[in-house]
Amino acid sequence: MGKIKQNIKRKIFQIAAFGFSNAHVMNFKGGRIYEGKWKNFCNPGLNCYSCPAASFSCPIGALQAVNGSMEFNFSFYVTGILLAFGVLFGRGICGWFCPFGLFQELLHKIPVLKFKLWKGFLYLKYIILVIFVFILPIAVTNFMGMGKPAFCQFICPAGTLEGGIPLLGTHPELRQTIGSLFSLKMFILIATIICCIFIYRFFCKALCPLGAIYGIMNKVSIYHLEIDKNKCTGCGKCKNTCKMEVNPVEKPDSAECIRCGECVHACQAEALYLGFKLSGKKTAQMQDKGKI
Amino acid sequence: MENKEKNIAGAVVLLAAGVFMLYGTRRGEAAVVLAKAVNICLECIGLG
Repeated sequence: MGKIKQNIKRKIFQIAAFGFSNAHVMNFKGGRIYEGKWKNFCNPGLNCYSCPAASFSCPIGALQAVNGSMEFNFSFYVTGILLAFGVLFGRGICGWFCPFGLFQELLHKIPVLKFKLWKGFLYLKYIILVIFVFILPIAVTNFMGMGKPAFCQFICPAGTLEGGIPLLGTHPELRQTIGSLFSLKMFILIATIICCIFIYRFFCKALCPLGAIYGIMNKVSIYHLEIDKNKCTGCGKCKNTCKMEVNPVEKPDSAECIRCGECVHACQAEALYLGFKLSGKKTAQMQDKGKI
Repeated sequence: MENKEKNIAGAVVLLAAGVFMLYGTRRGEAAVVLAKAVNICLECIGLG
């Protein structure tokens, strides 16, 4: 029952975050995008700012935009926002607030055979982060010194799904310019959707540069997972429950952990804690029960 | 990483985040973000 409640609670947060990130749904009708001041700020999760409903800027898109601009080669502003989100929540953003994460989880509910991802693919997102988000926008520029957002341009399926399809549907003049790049992006979107049906959060695990950033921050985030090794019986239920294929006992700060909390509820010995507190500090509850 | 080191690292990163955001805003990066975000991003939608 606890696990069901946890799942429901998390789904509510995810749906609320999806709505908060995409509040301007009426824009789908006219094919417009929100042009207000809230787009000065970055969404914590991956959400294309060319989505008609998008309330905020995409953090990865914004990072590339500033890095590839004529005036700057590095964005302190967006990096600061990502560091702040990361140190507060770590990859809990992925598990609780990312609209594209919710989309992938819903796809995975389609009842077909499920597979695990080969561990080698986990490193791909770091390569994508370095090459497509940082190097290419800075290194490959036009005659004015402006670089293009390479991750958005060549890879991001969220942009194709949330921005490309709705906008091309309402702008016939844009449809006339469809070329091989759109075909590539549609191929990546379809491949991502198919992989997400079979592999839990395939995009998060293998391709998401934002997940790569937040994953690194898992080591120091305030919202984190702790294990009481005195209580742990080594039954392995937490590891077997984890859909991100993390072993919480060995690596509670794993860069792959999205802080969904399913391992906490799977643990019969109550040896796992997930929440906001400084590392190593006893919570009042733990003190009462004499834990840690 | 020991708990104390984690807490110190987290505090340092949070401080750096604040400084970065302030510095970036002062030098006009938020305006670049806004300018990109309020126009349809042709690269993002596959028309690049």
